[in-house]
This record gives sequence, C-alpha cells and structure tokens, in this order.
Amino acid sequence: MGSGRDWTWFHRLGSPRWFYETTGRWLPLLWAVTLALLVVGLVWGLLYAPQDAKQGNSFRIIYLHVPVSFLALAGYYIMAIAGAVGLIWKMKLSYMVMKSAAPLGAALTFLALFTGAVWGKPTWGTYWVWDARITSMLILLFLYLGVLALQYAFHSQDTGNKASAMLALVGTVNIPIIYKSVDWWYTLHQPATIKLTSAPSMHPDMFKPLLVMILAMYCFYALVLILNTRVEILQRERKTGWVRDLARQADTGPDNQ
Amino acid sequence: MSNAHNAGFTGYLQRDLLLAYRRHGEAASPLIFFLLVATLVPLGVSPEAGRLEPLAPGIIWVMALLATLLSTEGLFASDYQDGSLEQMIIAPQLLAMPVLGKVTAHWLVTGLPLTLVSPIIGIMLSLPSDGFIPMMASLALGTGCLSLVGAVGAALTVSLRKGGLLLSLLVVPLYMPVIIFGSATVQAGIDGLNWFAPLAILGAMLATAVALCPLAIAGALRLVSSN
Repeated sequence: MGSGRDWTWFHRLGSPRWFYETTGRWLPLLWAVTLALLVVGLVWGLLYAPQDAKQGNSFRIIYLHVPVSFLALAGYYIMAIAGAVGLIWKMKLSYMVMKSAAPLGAALTFLALFTGAVWGKPTWGTYWVWDARITSMLILLFLYLGVLALQYAFHSQDTGNKASAMLALVGTVNIPIIYKSVDWWYTLHQPATIKLTSAPSMHPDMFKPLLVMILAMYCFYALVLILNTRVEILQRERKTGWVRDLARQADTGPDNQ
Repeated sequence: MSNAHNAGFTGYLQRDLLLAYRRHGEAASPLIFFLLVATLVPLGVSPEAGRLEPLAPGIIWVMALLATLLSTEGLFASDYQDGSLEQMIIAPQLLAMPVLGKVTAHWLVTGLPLTLVSPIIGIMLSLPSDGFIPMMASLALGTGCLSLVGAVGAALTVSLRKGGLLLSLLVVPLYMPVIIFGSATVQAGIDGLNWFAPLAILGAMLATAVALCPLAIAGALRLVSSN
C-alpha cells in the first residue's frame, strides 16, 4: 500500500464538484434530522420543561440562547480552520467554506447577544451589562465583522480569500488571550449587584431539552453552512462545464416531465 | 547567515528612522493628536479634577491606542507605492527581519514619544501622582504590542486605497487585551496595589507578539503584494 493512495480522499475533498454532488445526496437526510431535532427540542423546551423556580417562564430563552452561543464560538474556529486549510493546501473549496461560515457566524453571534439582551431585561432589569461573557461575545462579533469586511475589500477574490483567512488565523491565536483578559478584567471590576444565574446544577428535566437543542443547532449550522457553500460553489464555478450542465438540466427539467 | 538577517533588521531600522527624521512633520502628528484629544476630554466631561481623576487611566490608554492606530496605516503604504516593498520581499533574507526592523522603527517614532509625552497628559487629566510611573511603564510595553499587532492589519490592507477605516475594524478587537492590562497597570499603581503583575502580563504579550507578529506580517505582505 503506497502512502500516496491514503491521501486521495483528502484531495478529492478539494474538488467543488465532488462536494456539491456528495452533499446533494446528504441534504434530504440532514434537513429531516435538523427539522426533527428543532421541533422536538423547541416543543419540549418551551412547552413541557418545568418552570424555573426564580425566573418563571423567562428562563426558556436558554433553549435558544445557549445553543446559538455555542455555535457562534465554534463557528469562528470552523471558519479559521477552513481558512488555514486553504492557505496550507491551496484548496479552493475550503475558501468557499470559510466565506460561507463568516456571515453565518456573525449572524449567530448577533443572535446570541440579542437573545442575551432579551433575557437580561426580566432577569437583571437591564438589556445590557458589561459582563465578561457578554463583552467577549461582542468582541467576537467585531472579529467576525473584520473578516467579513476584509473578504469583500479586494477586487480579486483570491486575495480576499487569503487575506481574510490570515486574519481569521490571527484572530484564533488572539481569542484565548482576549477571553482570559476579559475574564480577568471582569473579576477586577466586578459589580456586586449583578450575577449571572449559573446553571451547573440544572434539573435533568430542564437539561435534556437543552441537549436536544444544542444538537439541533449543530445540525442546523451544518445544514446552513453546506447550503451557503453550495451557492458559493455554483457562483464561482459558473463557467465550468458541470455547472452549465446542471443549469441546463434545471432549465429543461420541468418541460421534460 | 545570521549576519544577513541582522543586516536586514538594522538596515530597515536605520532607513525608516532616517525617513521619519526627514519627514518629522508626519512623525509629530500622532503626538499632537494625543495632546489634542486630551484637551477634548475636560471640555466634554468636566474640568473638575475630581471627575477627571477616575477616568484618566482609561482615557490616556484609549488615546494612546488611537494615536498608534492612526500612524500604523502608513507603515507599509509608501513602500508599497514606490516598489521598495517588492525589493524587500524578493531579498534573500528572512522577510520577518526587515519587517521587525520597520516595526521597531515605528515604535521608536510613535510609541516611545507617546510614552515620554504621557506625563503631560497625566497632569492635564489630573492623574494621581502614584500613577505616573506605572503609566509610562505600561505605555512603553503596550505601545510595542500595538505597533506589532497594528502592522499585521496594515500589511493586510496595504494594497487597498481606503484601508484606514478597515484597518481599525480589523485591529481594534485584537487590541483589547492590551488596553485591559495597560489601564489596569495604571489603576493598580494609583490604588497602591502591586502593578508589576499586570505589567508583567503586558510584557508577556509583547514577547509573544515579537515572536509571532513578524511572521504574520511577512505572510500578509507576500500575499497582498503578489496579486
């Protein structure tokens, strides 16, 4: 067994066409799983999970807030790893994944901040608090916006890809430093009146739907990322033969049936 | 071989210092900006010492950050326009060394003068006297970090015509740890606490930045100038 053969799967990953066709086969299953998990998680969490002793029903936003925040942070790493793969192995496809992950991650980060603010009003009596986690999330949003802005700043798509991949990598090195600094800064200036309701001892009846929602959000992320990437592939490869064939099929398809 | 690297470092350091000396108007503008914005604070907040005092450490650091940011934009711009950046890139030495030389020159021309001028601003904003030494020490180390990290952004945006605003969007989030520990050092000095601890972290950040940023800057310059 030559070691060369072991890498063919990896190089095949770099082919946009292969990605498009393979994910096309996965999509129906992924749609079904995502929708099922979302419906189960939301109905279970919003209707059947017990009320919180102190917060009443308002705590239920946790079923959106926590999963979204998870993916907002994980999304940055997914974006940065895709960018790094592009820089190292010069794969077109991974730049497309990176470009699709940036707006998705920014939207999730915004959603995490927004749901946090909505939750903050009944819990803390204010929409905005300079809490360590909130501040870190805000900085994360700015990091995403920087990558997005750099991506579109260049005329050449290739330069935009590489420059934003590099910025994402620099950001990755910085994220742990930023998180630790903000954490330290917060303990230094800790306002005594406000405390995050920590949930390490969440009741299992509340925790199980949360777990389902986290899983659902991972599937949702994967689904949207794949859909975005497919659009990006079609747009960038629009002059290639296989995309033209696809377009022709789509044009004539309904008439033939 | 290491001599060649050193030559790359010292050569570009001397060249940029000489250029800054010849164009001293340009070099002075971050300093003037620093002083000018310091004047705005009492006008906008209050001239009372009692109200300026608690704000002083943070405001001085924010202004130092903005002054450095403004000057970072031009770090590679003229070299890019007149083609000497390409010469630097195709030279056989490790690109990180001339880059480090240029950034060091940038710090000597902006960060160091800002540090030396900062006591004046401390007086203007009625910074308590215990804060002066920590302020200067933290500015000296922190502006080094700012120059290095800012240079990464400057390299990424060098080929863009209106890179200035974009540069601040890219770089300011990365500056946040520096400002946290910078103003914490000053505050600790004022409160009579041990200000060496936050200062040591600033030093650690600077050490990390010196090691990693030149590589990132060199990569960014190669990438942007090749297209």
